[in-house]
Amino acid sequence: MSLKRIDLLLCCGSGCISAGALKIKERFLQVLKDKGLAGEINIIETGCMGPCDYGPVMVIYPEGVFYQKVTPVDVDEIVEEHFIKGRPVFRLMIQDADQQIIQTAKKIPFYQKQVKVALENCGYIDPESIDEYIALGGYEALGTVLTSMTPQQTIDVVKRSGLRGRGGGGFPTHIKWQMVHDAQAKQKYIICNGDEGDPGAFMDRSLLEGDPHRILEGMMISAYAIGATVGFFYIRAEYPLAIKRIKYAIEQAKEMGLMGENIFGSDFCFETEVRTGAGAFVCGEETALIASIEGNRGNPSPKPPYPSKDFGECQPWSTTSRPWATSRPSLSKAPNGFLRWERKPARVPRSLL
Amino acid sequence: MKTLNELKMIREKAQEAMKLRGANTRIKIVVGMGTSGIAMGAREVMKAFLEEISGRNLTDVLVTQTGEKGLSSMEPVVDIIEEDKPKITYGNMNPEKVKKVVLEHIVNGSIVAEFVVATGD
Repeated sequence: MSLKRIDLLLCCGSGCISAGALKIKERFLQVLKDKGLAGEINIIETGCMGPCDYGPVMVIYPEGVFYQKVTPVDVDEIVEEHFIKGRPVFRLMIQDADQQIIQTAKKIPFYQKQVKVALENCGYIDPESIDEYIALGGYEALGTVLTSMTPQQTIDVVKRSGLRGRGGGGFPTHIKWQMVHDAQAKQKYIICNGDEGDPGAFMDRSLLEGDPHRILEGMMISAYAIGATVGFFYIRAEYPLAIKRIKYAIEQAKEMGLMGENIFGSDFCFETEVRTGAGAFVCGEETALIASIEGNRGNPSPKPPYPSKDFGECQPWSTTSRPWATSRPSLSKAPNGFLRWERKPARVPRSLL
Repeated sequence: MKTLNELKMIREKAQEAMKLRGANTRIKIVVGMGTSGIAMGAREVMKAFLEEISGRNLTDVLVTQTGEKGLSSMEPVVDIIEEDKPKITYGNMNPEKVKKVVLEHIVNGSIVAEFVVATGD
C-alpha cells in the first residue's frame, strides 16, 4: 500500500446522504481515477458531523479544511485546485456573520462551543472500520473491565461517575444496573433502545450511524456488570443506515473475537441480535418494546412488575441506550468524568452526547 | 481477542493509518504545486517522496502540498518543516534528489546543503 497524503472525510450521515453525499463520493472516485491520484487520497465515509443544513459537508486532512454544500460539479474543482495545486477552494467554505471565510472545521463557531462526549468520534472516524475505533482507544475499557474488575466494581465506578440516563427522567444508571445485577434469574437480557420516536430528535441515530462500536462496547460492559449474556438492538425501521452499520459492527466484532465466547480470555460470553421496530411510537417505552421483541403486540403494561426485577417469565431485562455510549469514556479515562462537564449549570452530573 | 496487549498492537497499527488526521508528526514535507511547479515536475517529486517514505516505513513524516511559492526559477520547490527548527527549502528538485534528501535529511537529520535555496521563514 502506498502512502496517502490526504484524508478526505465525507459526511455520510442520513442528512448528508439525502443531500447527495454518495453522488459526490462517486464523482470523486471517478475524477481521482482519471487524474491518476487514486492511490494518494483516502476517501472515508463518516457518520454525522453535525451541521446538516450545510450538507453535503466534508473535511480534508491534514489541513482540516471544511467544505459545505458541495455538488458533484464542484468535485472537479476541488481535485484540480486543492488536491493537485494545493489551493483550497474558498468559495465552498463557510462564511461567518461578517462574511469572513472560515477555512478549517476547528474555527467554525458551531464547533467551537461544543464539547462532544459520546459523539467525540462521530464524523471523525469511519463507522464501518473497527480499526479506526480501536485506534482511538476503543474496546480498551471493555478489556480493562473484563480482565481486572468484578461486575460489582464496574457498577461502583459507574456510580462514582454520576452517569445518568439521557431521557427526561435522568435515572441514575448505576441503580438500574444494580437492580438487574441483584435479580436472580437463569437468563438476563440487555436491550439497546434505538426506537427514537421523539419528533426531530436524531441523537440516537447519529450515534448508531456514526460510531456503532461505541454502543456495542458500552452494551457489553453493561451486560458484564448486570450478568446478561444476550443483547438485542431494537432499532426503528426508519433508520436503515443505523441498522446496516450496527449489523456490520457486530460482524466485525465477532470476527475479531471481541464478541462471542470468552472475550479477552475471561468467562464472559455475549451474543446479540438486531430487531427492527415496525413503526409504533409506543414501542420506545420499555414494556411495549420488550413485548414487541418477544413477538407480541407492542402494548405497554403497568408497572410493577418492573422489567429490571421480575418481568415476563422471571427474566430481568435492562433497557437503556445512550448511557452506555458515555460509560466508555467514564470507565477508560476518568471515573469522575461527568462531574467535570455539567456540574456548573445543572448541579447534577449528567451524561452528554 | 484474548489479551489487552493484542488490542494494543491493533491500535498502534490502526493509529498509523490515521496519522493524517492529526496524530504526531515529526517532519512535514510541503511540495510547491503551483502551475510552474507542476510544469517543472512537482508531481513526480511528490510521488517520489511518497514512495521513498512508505518504502522506508517512516511513520512520523507527513507529505502535503501548497500553492505557488514565488520561486519559479527554482521549481520544483520543497519545504521541510520540523518543529523548533528553521524551515529548510530545497529547490530544483527531481526524484533522484528526493532519494538523497529522504536518506540524509529526513532519516539522518543532516541537511543536504547543495540543494538548499532558502532557510527560515
